[in-house]
Amino acid sequence: MYNASDLRKNLKVQIDNEPYVITEFRFSKPGKGQSLYRCKLKNMITGVILDRTYRSGDTFEQAILKERRMQYLYNQENEFCFMDVENYEQVFLSLDQIGDAKNYLTDNLEVDILLFEDNPIGITLPNFVDLAVTRADPWVKGDSVAGDTKPVTMETGYVLRVPPFVEEGGKLTIDTRTGEYVTRVKE
Amino acid sequence: MSPGSKNNPFPAKQMILAGRKQYLWLRARMIQAMRLFFIEHDYLEVETPQLIPAPAPEPHIHAISADNLFLHTSPELCMKRLLGAGYPKIFQICKCFRHAERGNLHMPEFTMLEWYRTGIDYMALMEECEAMILSVSRSLGAGDSINYQGKEIDLKYPWERLSVGEAFDRFASLTPETAIGMGIFDKVMVEKIEPNLGMARPTILYDYPAPLAALARLKPENKKLAERFEIYLAGLELANGFSELTDAREQRDRFERDRKQSSYLGKQVYPMPEKFLKDLEKMPRAAGIALGVDRLAMIFADRSEIDDVVTFTPEEV
Repeated sequence: MYNASDLRKNLKVQIDNEPYVITEFRFSKPGKGQSLYRCKLKNMITGVILDRTYRSGDTFEQAILKERRMQYLYNQENEFCFMDVENYEQVFLSLDQIGDAKNYLTDNLEVDILLFEDNPIGITLPNFVDLAVTRADPWVKGDSVAGDTKPVTMETGYVLRVPPFVEEGGKLTIDTRTGEYVTRVKE
Repeated sequence: MSPGSKNNPFPAKQMILAGRKQYLWLRARMIQAMRLFFIEHDYLEVETPQLIPAPAPEPHIHAISADNLFLHTSPELCMKRLLGAGYPKIFQICKCFRHAERGNLHMPEFTMLEWYRTGIDYMALMEECEAMILSVSRSLGAGDSINYQGKEIDLKYPWERLSVGEAFDRFASLTPETAIGMGIFDKVMVEKIEPNLGMARPTILYDYPAPLAALARLKPENKKLAERFEIYLAGLELANGFSELTDAREQRDRFERDRKQSSYLGKQVYPMPEKFLKDLEKMPRAAGIALGVDRLAMIFADRSEIDDVVTFTPEEV
């Protein structure tokens, strides 16, 4: 159980049986008045943002969230399937829930699936993944707008800009937090 | 080079401290300019004890206890006792302490400027405050208008004067009395009213409902209102001033009321400030104001976080 004075950015609380994360937090205390705790809260399932002002005396249930290590299996009609390798249990996430993570999902990739009361609601990727380059056009020298980079397409369909020496068929390490190229993978 | 990076000779904490240098210079010059203004206007600078036996029993201001005493939440009571003892114009720049106040505008230990003057009321005090801040701005070379968080604010007086009743009508479409009755006065103030105050020039919000004045005189012609005001710049609350209540009996009644409320809310109840109440019987008509020095420094330094204008935040000590 949390009190209003425990509220801070990134704290996860339960409101109407749904998990919320505090995305913005402001302590206010107007002229000799009471302490007010102003929050923007994001529903971790629907993404809906709430604007709420709390005061001392208000209490909150902690949102109990679990993470489980799972393997990515396949994507069918934008339902992404993951399996717990210990008990073979399978769970599904929608494209909305997956978001940009779809750019990095390859068969058997190990990820952490976030669960709220045993329902999957989100995914945490490894910080770095290795992906194969499926399309890389030759670099056009003097393309000053783009700088010294060129676009390539990865096996997942993800398109990003990389240095000109990258060729089709090679593998690249990508930082999943920024979506940027890190290095070539030496075979 | 980013703070704390591998090739950086300074740890990240020191980089943050070093980054505040220009704001700390500005803060120091600002405090010197304030002090000069009061000295030139025949005010006596005083230092009253920060360790006191009985803070004013205000329901929403909580003192920090130390060694069977309390760190003062403001120097108000001691300074008023000086007024009663024949010191007609006094000012003080000191640290004040308030339990569990931390945010982008709050720290549990902060710097307050308070000044008191006998023989005037809150209207005259508003004018002195206008003159003081404009004078400080000119001393800092900022001139008659300043730029705060992308807004141009004209400091030339008279500043906007808006009664609490007008503000509630204009920005929230309800009366302050209704808001108090519903228990949402502070919420409406923070959400609907404060963000609109002091935008093109500072706003003086005045005439607070009587229940919201612990130590202010009520208007002689309308006992439902207190002669209290707050100064806002760019939505930021800067100062709280009022005509002082000098009726010791009424002051005791209000303290009793506020102590009952604190007790009801499960908050600590402080001893009755008896020496203050005794001296209040001899206190002449006066007005006084408390101004947040850190916040004024934020405004002149164009910073949105109080952290940027202090040497160490509570978390960094």
